[in-house]
Amino acid sequence: MPIPVQELLKKKEHFERDPDRLPHDFRDEVFALEEQGEWIVQRAPDPIVEVPTKYGYLKKVPKQHLWHHKSCGQCGHIPGYSTSIFWVMRKLGYEYNDPRDQTSCTAWNYYASATSNAAAQAAVALRNFAAAYEVGYFPLIHCGTSYGHYKEVREELLHHPELRAQVREIMNKLGKPMVMPEEIVHYSEWFYAMRHEIAALQVCDFTGIAATVHPACHYYKLVEGDAIYDPDVYGGQRTAIVTGVAEALGAEVRTYSTWFDCCGFGFRHILVQRDFTRSFATLRKIQVMKEEADPDVVLTHDTGCVTTLDKSQFAAMAHGKNVGVPVMSEAQFAALAMGAHPYRVCQLHWHSADYRPLLEKMGIDWQAAWAEFQEDLKKLESGERKFSTWDDVG
Amino acid sequence: MTVTDDRSAFYQNTKVAGFDDVPYEEKERLFGLVKADMRFPDYLYGCYECGICVAACPSARFYDFSPRRIAQAVGREDVELVYQQMQEDIWECSQCFSCVRCPRGNNPGGVILIMREVAINNGLVSAREALEGYSRIIYKIMSTGTQVSPDMLQPDAFPDWGPEVKDVSDNLDLWRRALPPETHHTTSTGWDVDEKTLVELYLIWFHTGALDMIKEVDEGLHMILQEVMEERLEDAGIEV
Repeated sequence: MPIPVQELLKKKEHFERDPDRLPHDFRDEVFALEEQGEWIVQRAPDPIVEVPTKYGYLKKVPKQHLWHHKSCGQCGHIPGYSTSIFWVMRKLGYEYNDPRDQTSCTAWNYYASATSNAAAQAAVALRNFAAAYEVGYFPLIHCGTSYGHYKEVREELLHHPELRAQVREIMNKLGKPMVMPEEIVHYSEWFYAMRHEIAALQVCDFTGIAATVHPACHYYKLVEGDAIYDPDVYGGQRTAIVTGVAEALGAEVRTYSTWFDCCGFGFRHILVQRDFTRSFATLRKIQVMKEEADPDVVLTHDTGCVTTLDKSQFAAMAHGKNVGVPVMSEAQFAALAMGAHPYRVCQLHWHSADYRPLLEKMGIDWQAAWAEFQEDLKKLESGERKFSTWDDVG
Repeated sequence: MTVTDDRSAFYQNTKVAGFDDVPYEEKERLFGLVKADMRFPDYLYGCYECGICVAACPSARFYDFSPRRIAQAVGREDVELVYQQMQEDIWECSQCFSCVRCPRGNNPGGVILIMREVAINNGLVSAREALEGYSRIIYKIMSTGTQVSPDMLQPDAFPDWGPEVKDVSDNLDLWRRALPPETHHTTSTGWDVDEKTLVELYLIWFHTGALDMIKEVDEGLHMILQEVMEERLEDAGIEV
């Protein structure tokens, strides 16, 4: 009997959840620990948008009053990433807190070198959560790895009382409360939740733009239950993040066969073993995208993925490989759609793969924009301006 | 002699996995540390040998590396093979956790993370070798609270990232001052971190033993970090 390929593929077109197979909701345990006096659960502040997750639970995404848990890789090497997140939030009129009382989650180092342990990682997470709680803002996690790692930490704390005791002792020494947010929210979930409000302020037409999406492993593979899956995007079979935003902006999202593959970042590899990173990023991702989908832009939603997919192309290009496509976050893509300056806000001059043909296709005059940015730099260089401010960037 | 006997002899030969200069008791002790980690029972439930983890694994495509091989060795308590993997395999893992697609619910990436921690804590050669050239990153994250900084973008460190790295490096201070978020006007850290925040971070490293872990793999780095942290804590009036 032949394999019923078409029938199997048809079944995969749309995912139907079986209500009898719904796993338990971790939030029950989070609130139970609060009742037992183990920690404070920080509630998501109103107004909220409820979004669907992998197993059908609705996740609360607050619109404003957010405490921006920044990403070291974004702020350090791709600063247009975080700047675009802030800019879009400001344009939509939602207030936020950009704290100095925040450390990295330190998970990049942990996954790279293992020079830490479960207690230290949990204490770093809870120190940041407490810092947000103390100023009355709700954490919004910019980095996919921070987001995934904090969900791992939450799982470990939920199921290991000895770890909670160890972390509590440290938090007492720091004079900080034990706080767990009701939801751990990634910035791209905020963009997904706000996609229609973003599209309502769109000034650039993206109907002619073809995009491929790379979803970040640590977003939807680590503690996968509360990642966003929408029945209306990929039939609920893949995470709706990034794709939902790009489609709301009118771009054409094209698929490719290695969609589920990692980008090749590797944590330690990207820094000291880049032969692996370069090879994987180009052979398994960029080249496949080029051959199968020929996108104008690659959109992703994590620090490491943007860096890896963007920076790895230079060496492959030197070898005449089929690469050469700009890579950016959907935050930068959305900001451009809303009329953000490509250099003052999106900071595309920090990227490597050539983004100028994309800007031209979007109808953005990058030469005029670059000249404007050069004028800003002259003011900074002459001392006329010490720093650029939000008022300066439009 | 049957084929089965041959295999049995092969598997029971302690030299097959190499490292026969290391006493079995020491290998057993290290494996015991892996199993004693509180997360271990949540990371390994058995193995169907389906190979889904290998198919999803980026490292398996480029290295002689297999998350399934690790899950199986740990699952059947093959002390010799687990030791070999701690010395040869575990640092190839990308820690992407694509392997958690396992239908048995295993987390091979998580098991590997535990094995790495044990390798670090016990100063294994593999750990020292894997972290060669990585010291400055550990220094950066532990001492400043941010992992990568703008001033790391130097053309000699990233020659394969294209000429834009030199542009960033040449214009670093100016380009950072052109960023509108006030927290971003930094060159040696990702963002501006409060002094008080750093003190709290240092206390976490001290009280959880994370700082001591560095001693086993890089004594010089440990000394520098300890000095930096103790000085700042002393300035804050805190004795450790």
